[in-house]
Amino acid sequence: MSRPLIGFDKPNLKHMSNQKNSLWMFFASVKLALSILFLLAAASIIGTILPQGEAAGVYSQFYTTNLGLSAHSADILTKVTLLLDLDSMYQSWWFRGLILLLSLNLIVCTLERLPDVWRLVVLDNLDTSLDRITTMRNSKGYTTGLTVKESCAAISAKLKSSGWKTSQRERDGGTLLFAQKAPWSRLGVYVVHTSILMIFAGALIGSIWGQKGGVNIPETLTTDKIYQFGSGTPIDLGFTVKCNWFHLTKYPNGAPKEYESELVIIDNGEEILTKTIEVNGPLTYKGWTFYQSSYESHQKFIISVANSVTKAEERFLAPPQQPVRWQNENLLFGIQELIPTSIRGNYKYKLLVADSAGNQSLYVVDDNQQMTIQLADNSKYTFHIKEFYSTGLQVSKDPGVWIVYIGCILMLIGLWVAFFVFHKRIWILVRTENNTTHISLTGTTNKNKSGFETEFNTISDTVADINQIEAQ
Amino acid sequence: MDSSLLLSLSTFGYLAASGAYLAAFLFKSKKAGLAGTILTALTFLDQTGALGLRWYESYQIGAGHAPLTNMYESLVFFSWAIASFYLVLEYKFKNKNLGTFAIPFAFLAMAFASSGWVDQNINPLIPALQSNWLIAHVVTCFIGYAAFAVACGIAVMYLIKSNSPKSTGLLATLPELKVIDDIIHKSMVYGFLWLSAGIITGAIWANSAWGTYWSWDPKETWSLITWFFYAAVLHARFTRGWHGSRIAWLAIGGFLSVVFTYYGVNYLLSGLHSYGAQ
Repeated sequence: MSRPLIGFDKPNLKHMSNQKNSLWMFFASVKLALSILFLLAAASIIGTILPQGEAAGVYSQFYTTNLGLSAHSADILTKVTLLLDLDSMYQSWWFRGLILLLSLNLIVCTLERLPDVWRLVVLDNLDTSLDRITTMRNSKGYTTGLTVKESCAAISAKLKSSGWKTSQRERDGGTLLFAQKAPWSRLGVYVVHTSILMIFAGALIGSIWGQKGGVNIPETLTTDKIYQFGSGTPIDLGFTVKCNWFHLTKYPNGAPKEYESELVIIDNGEEILTKTIEVNGPLTYKGWTFYQSSYESHQKFIISVANSVTKAEERFLAPPQQPVRWQNENLLFGIQELIPTSIRGNYKYKLLVADSAGNQSLYVVDDNQQMTIQLADNSKYTFHIKEFYSTGLQVSKDPGVWIVYIGCILMLIGLWVAFFVFHKRIWILVRTENNTTHISLTGTTNKNKSGFETEFNTISDTVADINQIEAQ
Repeated sequence: MDSSLLLSLSTFGYLAASGAYLAAFLFKSKKAGLAGTILTALTFLDQTGALGLRWYESYQIGAGHAPLTNMYESLVFFSWAIASFYLVLEYKFKNKNLGTFAIPFAFLAMAFASSGWVDQNINPLIPALQSNWLIAHVVTCFIGYAAFAVACGIAVMYLIKSNSPKSTGLLATLPELKVIDDIIHKSMVYGFLWLSAGIITGAIWANSAWGTYWSWDPKETWSLITWFFYAAVLHARFTRGWHGSRIAWLAIGGFLSVVFTYYGVNYLLSGLHSYGAQ
């Protein structure tokens, strides 16, 4: 098994490890990382096959039907399942233990390697041993009629035009020029490791201080509580949420197109904000986020009536075929029939209205549309009918989510840098020997060796392009 | 002309391209190799047009959405992503024999899509899928899957070449083992970056739709299993110097995990992604 070479002046990692205790080295090892990744992958599979969060009976049933076990064996296996928390695997002590182990591994691994890598990032490359420049495998040499000074100036100018900024130093054996690109890219992998720790930290914060629950709010009503998922425990929001209305729109085939609710936040008796939420478009207030998730139909209809002259207004809740009376206006009305429309599951309403004199007449009113009716007694009313729903909200508070998101962004940046940005270095030694100016050139990269070879050849061609030069 | 015609055409296009690349390999024919490249490029253009047209058609029937929303559309996009990833690879490494092992995946994806087991209709989107994250999530995941598919194909190439006693005759036209190994590795690295982006965009989407960025739903979990797997493979290579046949086998194993994440989960396990199975 060959280890890839990272660079010719990579500090030796081994000299320090002897002084550190074996526990530290255990946590710093890549073998541990590989084992944990493998174990996490293998363990995660169990939870995708075995139903999660079910009662004991479900597991006995699962084992008898899927594995063909006898009732007795299935019972034993169910006991093992519950003992190892396989029914809530991802929350179990041992799965969390694996994640904790991975975190420790990442931290120790980073602490162990980062100082050496940092040294490489800030390394004084003009201090490199000059012998190496002429003995590296990809070393190239030229001679030129120019003086050392002229050569250095010409090479610097050439390299600058192809994006390499050189620095130089007088050394015993001549003048050393150095240029590098992206030394910081060596840190990419540690950015990825840190990002994973951030995601774990964010998830931990969310699991400690976060809350998840749900609530159904009937249209026009309010709530100041939600109910925790699983336990059903009420949680006080500290403010009030009102659902003004809920709309369900459908495709012609009857499939749901959109659920929308208009929510109002009322805090200290004041209406703070009103927003229409939909699936994928939640509302956030004081850390709580309200997600449209479902709805409930009550087989009743909201009939809103307004007197067009006096502007008196009233809302009524009525099941079909049960007339209601608006006492103040002496008006009797009701939905006599639901008329299907071209959209499956949508209706128009056949509305029966009796005026003060008892004259009855029938109207067809579209769903969720206003319709103004002039009655026989010359009174005028505007009707609006829609089905009465409760909006189903998922409500959550997760103070860790932003840490998770920052971790995610860092991870992508870190992966990009770790995989696709390379630390490239070139050294050029210019010296006089027997009244001739000799130019030696070499370069290294920490990744993508084959790609760098091509680039290095281009660079050496560029250098060879200065006046009066000859290949050695 | 409609998109389904263009898409049937692309199935045959990739079949013909696979045949041409195979002929180029078996008979060392430069002409066949050129035909393979031209066929792949033309089919790729045809498929690009078909995806655009299908997008347009979805608006005409009142179900307007990007063509990335169900099993059929994802298979078409998978095939498209494989072809685009391969074309870049061929351009960079100047070896047409890579196509012999990569383009059949583009054909198989299309063949399966048109097999009749998969509903080809354009369906309106349920509310949960109506999100801008849809495009970001599907595109990132499938670019990753495509890179893993190509890595798997090239790994098969590696194993064929490394397991034959002498590298003469047919196998001599394949790139050097060192180069094949490098292509497998680079494809996996590229796929890993996009898979990470795919998992992240999926998590952000889930959070904006349900208020939970991670719920251990089987599809999510399997994508993470795949991620762990490739993470382990990349570490084994970077820090322990694994290469050659070992990495080639792992590239094949990783792709099996991808296939299970993509396809197996929909049929064998149930969860939030069930609409992806339609």
